Order: sequence, then structure tokens, then C-alpha cells
Amino acid sequence: MSNQTSQLDVYEGVTPQQRQRGVWVMALATLGLIAVFIFESLYKLEITSAGSENWRILGYAYLAWGIAIGVGQVMTRGEDGYKSLFILPAVLFTVALVIFPTLFGFYIAVTDWNLSAFEGRKFNGLANFWQMIADPYYWNALLNMLYYVLAIFVEYIIAFSLALLLNAQIRARKFFRVVFLLPLMLSPVAVSWMVGKSMMEYRFGPLARLARYLGWEDPAFFSTPWMAKISIMIMDAWTFIPFLMIMLLAGLQAMSREILEAAKVDGATPWQGFWQITFPLMLPVSVTAVILRVIFKLKLADIIITVTSGGPGGATDSVTSFIYREYRDRSNVGYGTMLAMVYLIIIILFVTGLLKFANRFVRNVT
Amino acid sequence: MKKGMYELATGVSATRRGLLKGAASLAALAGTSGATIGALTKTAAAEDNVRTQILAIPGVGKGSPTDADWQKVGELCLAATKANVAQGEFAGVELTFMGLNNQNLHNLLFRGFLKPWEAYTGAKINWIDLAQADYNARLQQSIATGTVDFDIIEMGAPFEGDVCGKGLASVMPDWVKAQIDMDDYVGYLKAPVGTWDGKTYRISIDGDCHNFNYRTDYFADADLAKAWKEAGNTTEWAVPTTWQQVQAASKFLAGKKIGGQDAYGYLDPLKGWGGFGFYFLASRATAAVKHPEDKAWLFDADTMKPRINNPGWVRTIQDVLDLIPSEPKDQLNADPGTTGFQQFLAGTGSMLSWWGDIGSSAKTSDSSVVGDTIGFSILPGSDDVYNSKTGAWDKLASGPNFAPNMAYIGWGVYVMARVDSDEKKKKAAWSAAAHLGGKDISLWCAAYPSGFQPYRQSHFDTAEWVAAGYDETFIKDYLGSEADSYNHPNAAIEPRIPGIFQYYSVAEDELAKIYAGKATAQEGADAIAAAWDKITDQIGRDKQVALYKASLGM
Repeated sequence: MSNQTSQLDVYEGVTPQQRQRGVWVMALATLGLIAVFIFESLYKLEITSAGSENWRILGYAYLAWGIAIGVGQVMTRGEDGYKSLFILPAVLFTVALVIFPTLFGFYIAVTDWNLSAFEGRKFNGLANFWQMIADPYYWNALLNMLYYVLAIFVEYIIAFSLALLLNAQIRARKFFRVVFLLPLMLSPVAVSWMVGKSMMEYRFGPLARLARYLGWEDPAFFSTPWMAKISIMIMDAWTFIPFLMIMLLAGLQAMSREILEAAKVDGATPWQGFWQITFPLMLPVSVTAVILRVIFKLKLADIIITVTSGGPGGATDSVTSFIYREYRDRSNVGYGTMLAMVYLIIIILFVTGLLKFANRFVRNVT
Repeated sequence: MKKGMYELATGVSATRRGLLKGAASLAALAGTSGATIGALTKTAAAEDNVRTQILAIPGVGKGSPTDADWQKVGELCLAATKANVAQGEFAGVELTFMGLNNQNLHNLLFRGFLKPWEAYTGAKINWIDLAQADYNARLQQSIATGTVDFDIIEMGAPFEGDVCGKGLASVMPDWVKAQIDMDDYVGYLKAPVGTWDGKTYRISIDGDCHNFNYRTDYFADADLAKAWKEAGNTTEWAVPTTWQQVQAASKFLAGKKIGGQDAYGYLDPLKGWGGFGFYFLASRATAAVKHPEDKAWLFDADTMKPRINNPGWVRTIQDVLDLIPSEPKDQLNADPGTTGFQQFLAGTGSMLSWWGDIGSSAKTSDSSVVGDTIGFSILPGSDDVYNSKTGAWDKLASGPNFAPNMAYIGWGVYVMARVDSDEKKKKAAWSAAAHLGGKDISLWCAAYPSGFQPYRQSHFDTAEWVAAGYDETFIKDYLGSEADSYNHPNAAIEPRIPGIFQYYSVAEDELAKIYAGKATAQEGADAIAAAWDKITDQIGRDKQVALYKASLGM
């Protein structure tokens, strides 16, 4: 017992001198980090002639600073400092790989940075933003995204139907569960080639041939704006309906069967059982599944890039596929980053709003 | 030589077509007269000739060359290096070479060629292999971030603006010019290509241009000829030689049948292709916008004012629009790859502009059905040409204006300026580059799978090819269309300015809108011009003007 007490004393009993030294360690480390940043910045701004060719030295300084902060925490806060060591690496990691790049991204977004430009990166304030406001391609892509997101309701209905089917006592249920999941396991690029560029190919694609057999004389799936848009929606839906389905199926399986059986005893029809019991009880799961699907949908790009390149005439363009062209084909880093950052904000606002609406909706219904 | 071309001419691939082609070659050989015998005699008499020796490695029709073959060729072609470099002179020097690994050629081939060079000189080469899709991004990032980490680069001429224009490349020493015999280059690869401000930077290892590919069976079809006359045409039903004729023939063919299949005329790739799709509009436009008295055709040379919205370009865009109803229904979603390989080679359409790959794949690709019915010529001409300086359409006294599009201008090898501070390293880098771009080694590259097309005047001596075992008729027809394009006095040379693919990419977006009916040809062209102006301003107009003029040799 006495041994334990003395151990705790060592951890918790931080003397004022130790605390003072800890503060100094952290302060010096912070000053060092700032000094390295200033030293390197002056070199990069060509104000001084000494410095490192790349920013790697700042990375090392950050690492050293992190260690010093950890040491300082223990020295100043004793046991609490030790506890903070468990979370400190994660915090430093998040700062380095999420928060800093995001902030840096916002900085890049307010620069004029074309990789081919002779003068390199230049601060240009909100010029990229105003350019975006006047950019018909961006608005066209945003409008397309609205259509793509609305298509999720159709996906949801199909996925729910499949989930109900697979939740029922049917033959080869396990087999069908695996089969229905297969599209989700495929890379969207593979789907693009196998389905979009092969099966739907105008001349020899089996789907085109089937369409001809069924009486569609010119089955060009990607040549008119709405047909192309619907074709993209179908391919994307084919890939992601299994995702919705598996989440809904999990919800259905977790649902108590007693309520449904009680309803049946009370004389409820199958439709009443579904609409008044199953569906409301599944709403929380449904909302989660749909919101996750919305997030996936907002990132839609690979199928579009591979199959239509956004055409015909921008009819299938998504925001991500447009940003991809700005970056990859036009090396327009500043403007592309502004588009991406604004889109990020739109997504955050949209998903936050959707979550609030969904919570209220679920609360009211259930 | 493109891989497919080699297989076509040698019957390497064991396919039904290959066997048929082999049989045909045998029959042709059996029926040959003094020409072939003479060629064979010449070969026998020149056994000690390096060119003859390397063309026998591994031997035409004896399968694809291996690394051992590449090393043998590299060894046999070392004489030029030995004349300029002492044995072991570059001991201790390490060089980094950045290039492609397409089709397991390019860098892989270079490794074999340079192995004997390394053994002789004592230098060591480290390799950066890139896929085509990663190349531009890797290069641009290296330039933009100041992290050029390679000493030698395999690079296309369109990127010269980004590299040479920014002072990142080393100027070619005179001894290299002599070693590689630059006078042997075909006309269009000579200066100003490969030069900036009068300084030479590039060792060419490839040539590129768009040819006109057509179906001989269409234009020999008696029923179509009869229908053509019945439609009130006064000219003969024949292979078009001008774009006006291409338009007329294509519209005439709409709704017709040939061999029981739907007949189509010219195929326009209407979907973007990462910027490369713009080459196909350019190939249609050059005859109408590249005036023989004006080197510039995309921009005004003095101001970089885009010409894309001048009457010549707009008429070309309108021509494309006019032809859409006559083309296959899925044309709006057909990129150049689809148009070339899934349409034309698969039997859809009768006319197409493309690089040499179409000709080289016509008989070797299993999906091709046009191997025996394909013909080649330079790009069609135009009855009139727009004169940007006078703002008038000119009819030339010599007849239609022809202006073959030298699309992409081929690959070259460049040495980076970072070696300039170390004389030994600089000489080593240039020696390695010169070895790869040597006259003899280039013949081997033209004749065997390498990823490169013929680009020297000496490559068009068909006797060498025939002596090596190639089919004379095919080689003459194919090489003839390339030579005529390369050597054309009014060839349209691509502007080698920084960010050229940015211009092409943004044009593709606007063209897609035009083709989808969202804008007229003029509105779309004006939008492209505005976007191009914005890019020019963003990159730096004054420097772009200077570089554009330099690239045109003005």
C-alpha cells in the first residue's frame, strides 16, 4: 500500500520547479518551431540566402515540437500529463494531416496558381471565387449533382425492396445476399469499362443489342443529355444499391419480429404491416443509410470520367469530374482548389442540414 | 516502329490474319522479280555494314526483340560514342533518366541500348519509369515545385515550352549535332522544332503526324459510284482529296449500305480525350487556316490573340456540326480511341484522320476488318484558305491548300540544365542521349517495335526495309503518306508553348457544348478564344508571345 502511494506521489506530485521547467520546455520548443518556420519562410521569399530547398526541416521541427510538448505535459501536469500522452499523437497527427492541409487548401484557393505560369503562385484574393460564381460549368455540374442526389430516392426504394426480399424466407437466401453484394465490391472504373464502355457499347454491346431486339432502333446510351445522365445514374446505382441494401437488411434483421406478429394477429394486412410498422421502425437506419449514400454520391466522378468525360455537352458532368479536369488537364491548381473548397463547404452545410431535417423527421414520425 | 506496325509487317502474332498475311507475303515473294533479288544481293554485299547487321537483330519475322537484342544493337551502334568519348571517361558519374514505360518499350528499350554504353564509359544510369497518364502531371509538378530530379528526359515536343522555355534544359553541344547527323532529320523536325531562341535542345527519336486513312472498297464500289452519279454529282466517285469533297461524300453516304452494312463517311471524334481530342479538329482545320504565307495558325504570333474564332476555324467547326447527323448515332460519345479502334478498324466509317497507329493496326488487330481495304494519304486539302492577315478567303493558284497536321511532333530526348555545372556529367548526359538518338540505332527503332515512327530521311529508303524482309507494297504506301506529310512545305507545326494542353483541354469542353447543340459554332469558338486568352494571361502573355514566335522560328 505504501509502495503504491509513493508511486502515485511520483506521478501526481509535481513540484513548482518541475512545472516551471516543463513550461520552459514547451515554450522553447514552440519558439524553436516558430523560428524554423520564419527561417524557412525568409529563404523561400528570397529575403535570406540560407535555408533548406524544401520544407522537410519544418516537418522535423514539428516532430521535435510534438515530443517536447509531450514531455512538457508530463512535467507540468504529472498524472494528467501522462494521460494526455495517449491522445497527443492522434491530435498531432490530425493537425498535420487534416487540419493543416485543409487550412493550406484554403490558402491555395485564394491564389492564382497555374503550374505552367512563369511567375508561379500569386495571391489573388477572391478572384477565383468570383470566377467560380461566373463559371457556367460549375453551376451546370452542381445542377447535375442535384439530379444525381435525387436519384438516391429511387435507389432507396429498390434497395429496400431487395432487403425485404432477402429478409424473407426465400430459397438460396445466402447465395443471393452474396450475389447482390458483388457490384459493391467492383471498382467503379471496372464498372465503367465492363458496363459503360462494353455492355452499353452502341455497336456490339449486349445491352445495345438487347435494346435493338426490343425495338429501340438506335440504342445510343450516352449521346443525348438525359439518356446519358440516366445511364450514369443507373451504373452508379447498380454499384451502390447493394450498400444501401446491406444496411437496410441489417436493420430489418435487428428488428423485433414480435411487433409484426402482433400486428398480424390484430388483422393488419402485409401492406399495413410494412407501411405502419416496418417502415417507421426502419427510419433511423434508413436515414443513416441515405445520408451515407448522399455523401458517396457527392463524390461521384470515376464513372463519369471514364465513360462520358462529362458529356455530351456537360450533361453528365459532376463537380468532382469538373475539378479533376481543372487539375489534371489544365494544371489550374488555385482555381481547382477554390472549386473543391467551396464544394466542401456546400457538402458540410448540406449534410448538416440534412441530418437536422432527418432527426426532426424521424422524431415526428416515430 | 510502333509495336503493331511491326507485327503487321512481320506476322509475329500467331493469328488467323497473321497466317493469311504470311501466306500472302510468301506468294508475293514467290512472284517477285529483280527488285527483291537485287535487294537481297545488296544485303549480302553489305554484311559488314552496321545497318544491315542491326536490322538482322533478331531478324524480321523472328519474334519480338528481347533485352539481349537491344543490348546487341546498342553494342553495334557504339562507334559514334567511341569517337567522342574515351573508355572509362565517365567513371563515377551517375545520371537519372526519366521516361515512359508504354507497352514495355521506351525506357525498357533504352536500358538495353545504354547498357553497353555504361560498360564502355563507366557511367551509371538510374531510371524513373512513368505510365503515359502520369507523365504530364509528374513533369509539371517537378517544374512547378522546383524539384527536377532527373538529368535526361524523354519528352514530347509540345512540352518544350514548359521545359526549354523556362531554361530547364541544357543546350546541345556541337559535337552532339555532328554525332547524331541532324541534317538527316525529315524537314519538319529540323529547326525551329527542338530549338528555342536559336539554341538546340532536342535529340529527336520519333516523328508524328496525322494521316488520312480511307477505305478503298468504298471508293471502288460500283453501286456507290452509280448512286453518286444518280445523285447529280458531276465528279467521279473517288477518294476525296479536299475537305469539301469529304463533306460531300460523307453526306452522300448517309443512309446508304455497303456489303449489307450501314455506310458512313468521315468519322469525327466528338468526345474529349484529355486535350488530345483537339488534334482531330485541328487536322480538319489546318487546310483552311494554315496559310502558306503564314507560319502561325492557332494564335496571332505577335499578340497570342486566338484564331480559333476566325472564319476558317468556325467554318471547320460548322462542318463538323453539319456532319453529325450523317455519322453513327453514338458519335457524341466517341473519343478518338473509340473512333479509330472500335469504329473505323471494326468496319464503321470510311474516312478517318489519325496517327500512324491505325495503319499499323489494320491487319494485326483481331478486331480489325479493314486490313485489306485500307489506303493512306496526307490529310485532305481545302479549296480555299483563310488569310488571317487580310481577313479574306484566298484561292491559291496552285489549287487546293494542303497543310498536314504534325500532331504532337514525336518524342525526343533532352538533357536537363542541372548537369551544366558539372562538365563531366554534362558530357556524359549528352553522350547517352546522343547514343539513343544516333542515326543507325534510329533505323532499328523504326524497323522494330520501339514505340517510335520513322523520322529521318534515311528511314525512307524502302530498299533497306525490303532487304530486311518487309512487304514492299505496304511499306511504300504507309511510309509514303508519312513522308509526304513530314516533308510538306506547308505543314502545320504545333505551337510548343507552356501549357499547350491546357488550351486543348478547355477547347474540348467548349466543343462538346457546341456538338451537343448548346452553343453555335461561332458562340462556342468565341468562348474558346476567351478561355484561351485567360490561360495566356494566367501563364504570362509576353513570355508566351516570345516563346510562340520562337517555336515558329520567327
